[in-house]
Amino acid sequence: MQINKFMIGGLLILGAVVFLIWSSTVATSEYFLTVNELNEKGSSIVDKNLRVSGAVLGDTIQYDAESLALTFEVAHVPGENAEIEALGGLAEVLHQAVVDPSRERMKVVYIGPMPDLLRNEAQAIMTGHLGEDGIFYAEELLLKCPTKYEEAVPEQVVSK
Amino acid sequence: MIAQFGFGVLVVTFLVTLYSVFAAVYGEYKKSPSMVESARRAMLLTWPLLTLTAGVLIYLLVNNHYEVQFVYEVTSRSMPTYLKVTAWWGGQAGSLLFWSWLMSVFASLVTIRKWDRDREFLPWVIVVASITMAFFLGMNIFFENPFAQLYQGFDGVNAHTFQPANSILVTPADGRGLNPLLRHPGMVIHPPMLYLGFVSFVIPYAFALAALITGRTDDRWIRLTRRWALWAWLFLSFGLVLGGRWAYDVLGWGGYWGWDPVEIAAFMPWLTGTAFLHSVMIQEKRGMFKHWNMLLIILTYSLVIFGTFLTRSGVLSSVHAFAQSAIGPLFFAFIGLSLITSVALLIYRWDSLRSETTMTSLLSREALFLLNNLLFMSILVVCFWGVIYPLISELFTGNKITVGPPFYERATGPLFASLMLLMGIAPLSAWGNSTVKTLGRAIWKPAVLAVAITVYTYFTYTQNIIALIGFFLIALVILVTLYEYWRGANARQKGQGENILTAFWNLTGRNRRRYGGYIIHISMMLMAIGILGIEIFQVETQGRVSAGETLSLANYTIEYKEIASWDDNPKGVNFTRAVLDVYENGIYLGQLHPRKDYYFESQQSMTIPGERATLRDDLYVLLVDWEPSTMEGATFKVFVNPLVNWLWLGSLLFLVGIFIAAWPDQDPERVTVRAGRRLPQTSAADD
Repeated sequence: MQINKFMIGGLLILGAVVFLIWSSTVATSEYFLTVNELNEKGSSIVDKNLRVSGAVLGDTIQYDAESLALTFEVAHVPGENAEIEALGGLAEVLHQAVVDPSRERMKVVYIGPMPDLLRNEAQAIMTGHLGEDGIFYAEELLLKCPTKYEEAVPEQVVSK
Repeated sequence: MIAQFGFGVLVVTFLVTLYSVFAAVYGEYKKSPSMVESARRAMLLTWPLLTLTAGVLIYLLVNNHYEVQFVYEVTSRSMPTYLKVTAWWGGQAGSLLFWSWLMSVFASLVTIRKWDRDREFLPWVIVVASITMAFFLGMNIFFENPFAQLYQGFDGVNAHTFQPANSILVTPADGRGLNPLLRHPGMVIHPPMLYLGFVSFVIPYAFALAALITGRTDDRWIRLTRRWALWAWLFLSFGLVLGGRWAYDVLGWGGYWGWDPVEIAAFMPWLTGTAFLHSVMIQEKRGMFKHWNMLLIILTYSLVIFGTFLTRSGVLSSVHAFAQSAIGPLFFAFIGLSLITSVALLIYRWDSLRSETTMTSLLSREALFLLNNLLFMSILVVCFWGVIYPLISELFTGNKITVGPPFYERATGPLFASLMLLMGIAPLSAWGNSTVKTLGRAIWKPAVLAVAITVYTYFTYTQNIIALIGFFLIALVILVTLYEYWRGANARQKGQGENILTAFWNLTGRNRRRYGGYIIHISMMLMAIGILGIEIFQVETQGRVSAGETLSLANYTIEYKEIASWDDNPKGVNFTRAVLDVYENGIYLGQLHPRKDYYFESQQSMTIPGERATLRDDLYVLLVDWEPSTMEGATFKVFVNPLVNWLWLGSLLFLVGIFIAAWPDQDPERVTVRAGRRLPQTSAADD
């Protein structure tokens, strides 16, 4: 009798937690894609929550301080860490991605303050969705610059 | 030369730790007290040795020895000396050494205590501490040598511990320097605080394992390490808060916590540690939850090692990256091995850890503590799931799917709310047996008052339902806690004839863990006010203004006056600083000076907000952009973060609470009378 009471309570909590995790996962999960994968899937993933990583092309950064509209392009970088390592590390991969004109690219629009870490050959991890026009509308920008510092560079998150 | 000396001392220390493991096990096996004593002395030797090693590294850092790779990577000539010293933990190799050094400090503190009553624990505590230290030292020696120097060979410049054939030493003229974003007082103390927390949790773990190995599985190990766990928790908590404060001041996004995997890595041991601190009380009072406590401390240790690895290895450049350097697999192997060994020992001793009493009432104090533990573990599971979900989804669906802050907020929100409710109820419930009736009688006064406050809040401040639930819970916890204080003091006042202030003072002094804990509860609620404020009521605006023009947000109006830009050449920085007048409802309040600093050398800019902090809200202004040629117009982003300063205020009160709870007793060996084993008692009178 006593044991039942506690077991029912425990099961209820367990069920609630599983439900919380499950429903939150379903409601908020984001597809993590490379630029190539994104271009391949094209319109089939319009309006899904997406997370895309790419190398920032410094020349394409445009900032309109009036409307706070930031636009730039990113070039494809591999998504697998092992692959990045095999190609000579993140800094090298980002550099190659930027100098190689044949890489697939993607246009990004973000509204907000210009992040301090946004510059040529930075790695941008963008959360947002793909518009019908093929432009990626980022709601959150996460930047890493491995070129200058070994590590311990804080990721800079900016979000609307 | 001096770098090689440093490396030499490091290797010697490594050998000494290995020796102390060997001597402790051998001494125990052969029943030779002199061997164990030798292990103890070896353990004590690690602190001076590592201090010497660290001294060498700091010497190299301060004196610009850029031929040493680590020095080259984390310092530069333009950095002030104190930043060069703290660059010790600014990179991976140095922070691993820092970890070992802290471990040696704590291990030494433990080994010099009086051991007469607990002789049997000593060799095993030495073994666990030494193995942990040896692991970190081994990482330094074999993979991440902070003393490796740069040599030019045929294949370019590489770092080596010893000079390779046909190469010459290279000394760069200047180092790369610490990232400007990290040159902040908060960032100087934040990593050591976290590390202090991480490392101090090793000590309770060492005692737990010693208890499992020796079979002395009563609550002695808990009593011996209770304060260690509290201090560990203090450092860990404070490290987390400092990190949040740093993000708020430096990262310029008006937030303090981003559910980043690295943040979660530091948060997970905090969760198990907090659960541990609560559930050990049940073992001390009622002799229950013994398996659970063991499991919690084992988990905490594993998460501490995991956290060290994640926060420092930089492996999380992309969300699903887990093994970048050789260090990764080794860390996982070490965590796996220690976890398997510990759990195997726990299973081996399973029977001797049976509970001495059984739980009978769902509302008893121990049942509510159990619920508290389950909630903490649920939050842990949510965090862990969020971190590993990308790996799992890729494994099963082929798609990399990640979850971000909305996931964590949604999934942990109800759990945190339940914890708060529990914080309001649990202090009033009795050990052993509680019923709805007894509990209701105790809680109704604070509860009615909390409802009244919530209704008042509804009419005067907000109609947001989540905020109202939050405020109700906060009010309930604070009122219940104060009520408990008052009941205790009142009883003393009547019983001992003390005046109310003396009664408060003595009440706290006689039962510091309990009342220190209550202060911590109140401080957590103050922090919750801040979190609710910024999460729910944050408003923002942005715009471009010319001199004399204004921006308005909430009750505030800011008027743009002027902007100036100048170079500071010795520091290698360009400063751009705007001057703003701030008005609230038309009344002049003062000026704000948001800034943007640009570091030439690293081509890195840093946005420093102009902040005006009051208990009601924070006005937080960022200088986004300006017209460099004419200096006429500038763009600002403005946040009003209501109530956020309660978060920082709460963290200060939190420190007070911990100091009260953890301050050493005059006689730490005092045997606590185990009252309350049989008789259920009222909550205000027990220990």
